[in-house]
Amino acid sequence: MSKTLVWVEHDNASVKDATLAVVTAALQIGEVTALVAGSGCDAAAAAAAQIAGVSKVLKADDAAYANALAENVAPLVAGLMADYDVFAAPATTTGKNIAPRVAALLDVMQVSDILSVEGPKTFTRPIYAGNAIATVESSDAKLVVTVRGTAFAKAEATGGSAAVEAIGVHADSGMSSFIGSEIAKSERPELTSAKIIVSGGRALKDAATFQDVIIPLADKLGAGVGASRAAVDAGYVPNDYQVGQTGKIVAPEVYIAVGISGAIQHLAGMKDSKTIIAINKDEDAPIFQVADIGLVGDLFTLVPELTGKL
Amino acid sequence: MKALVCVKRVIDYNVKPRVKADGTGVDLANVKMSMNPFDEIAVEEAIRLKEKGVVTEIVAVSVGPQKAQETLRTALAMGADRAILVLCETEVEPLAVAKIVKAIADEEQPGLIITGKQAIDDDANQVGQMVAALLGRPQGTFANEIAIEGDSVVVKREIDGGLETVKLTLPAIVTADLRLNEPRYASLPNIMKAKSKPLANKTPEDYGVDMAPRLKTIRVTEPPVRSAGIKVADVDALVAKLKEMGVA
Repeated sequence: MSKTLVWVEHDNASVKDATLAVVTAALQIGEVTALVAGSGCDAAAAAAAQIAGVSKVLKADDAAYANALAENVAPLVAGLMADYDVFAAPATTTGKNIAPRVAALLDVMQVSDILSVEGPKTFTRPIYAGNAIATVESSDAKLVVTVRGTAFAKAEATGGSAAVEAIGVHADSGMSSFIGSEIAKSERPELTSAKIIVSGGRALKDAATFQDVIIPLADKLGAGVGASRAAVDAGYVPNDYQVGQTGKIVAPEVYIAVGISGAIQHLAGMKDSKTIIAINKDEDAPIFQVADIGLVGDLFTLVPELTGKL
Repeated sequence: MKALVCVKRVIDYNVKPRVKADGTGVDLANVKMSMNPFDEIAVEEAIRLKEKGVVTEIVAVSVGPQKAQETLRTALAMGADRAILVLCETEVEPLAVAKIVKAIADEEQPGLIITGKQAIDDDANQVGQMVAALLGRPQGTFANEIAIEGDSVVVKREIDGGLETVKLTLPAIVTADLRLNEPRYASLPNIMKAKSKPLANKTPEDYGVDMAPRLKTIRVTEPPVRSAGIKVADVDALVAKLKEMGVA
């Protein structure tokens, strides 16, 4: 049976949801060891040990791993891979930053963004913004994969009781340093785990209008808030709102697209949503070709009315 | 400081890709091809650094078919100084491309390598990180803003939760995200001038890189199609639907 090393995404205190889908994918490949690399990450390691299906947790605790800098983390992972067959990371910005660096160190061609496990070395993955699905088989001795979170069920966060083993650490590379971050603090559900998402497009006109129209509806529904690339480029909302081929991939129970025409790049990020609702004044907008429920009309009257009637 | 920019010829982002009937791939015959949009942003950033006097020379590199010459000419028309085409008529994988870029970087010794964060055809998002690994140099992926400060580059990165800033010792590799800049259009005089800029033709063998793919594509299929649903007449009907679904 293959031995899989799973990258645990965490904030040193708790494990991020994206990890749970990777565990599910990894269990389909083989035995799962979870790697928690961080600084003061005892709590995260303890949380990882409880994930159902995890056999063992490796904890690499050092200041060098505090911000998951790829220059520091990739050599750690590549070294550990002497004892593993597969390295699996979530297809988050952290996973996408680290995994290819690991793959190159191992001289392995990474399989990005897997949607399913079809065999020991065979996977499906989206190409061309999800307009085609490729089934690929690796010929490398070891595998490096990133996992699309929406394509796999989340493993249970509790129920496991894996042993935590502290492992040796590598020195800081000295080539890169973390300066700071601007992370929006929000009470709202995170986009990638929200059950309902309300998303706005360019038609929202400006930042203030986006706030006035989209936010009350999202608040009413307890929804996460997303946006099209056009809305982000125009500065209505920050970059972390972007849903699409190169933004976030989401698959909520309900996705409400407001004033979004439905470019293929946007559809790539949300077309696996269970129910898609579109509100748009252009009845020929491509979004209606994927929407389960469409409402044609002026969003500036319809959305406040909808918010009021919920 | 010399800058190396890596560009790929891909399907134009406005074209809807069609899967070939025999399931071997996506049909690219008679389809409009363009420079990968993220690579365009990478080229633009290098040009802006040159305009600021930080970069002295821009070398554009592409690994791809003969027709990728057109893509390189576009980079030259935008403002790159010279170009290198590494000819490979078959589909290229990120690891092999990264090995070629590494070999070119060994020759050219650039202070900065900029490329798009991903190509919109294979959506791999790997080359920049792999080049950084092979060169043993730092990486600033998904760049939203970059600034050269002495012997370092400060990169503001687009991450899932917002933005993050890292400082990297040069030489470094940066991969461009959407909002790093808005690429310029090449002017007609510059398009004409680009025709006489140097473009070197090379092969993977020149760099000793084995292009044999590591991944075998077994088949390519259409994704499950979502069919259009219903249109409701008014907000009341939508509210009723939402209630049926247990959302409201």
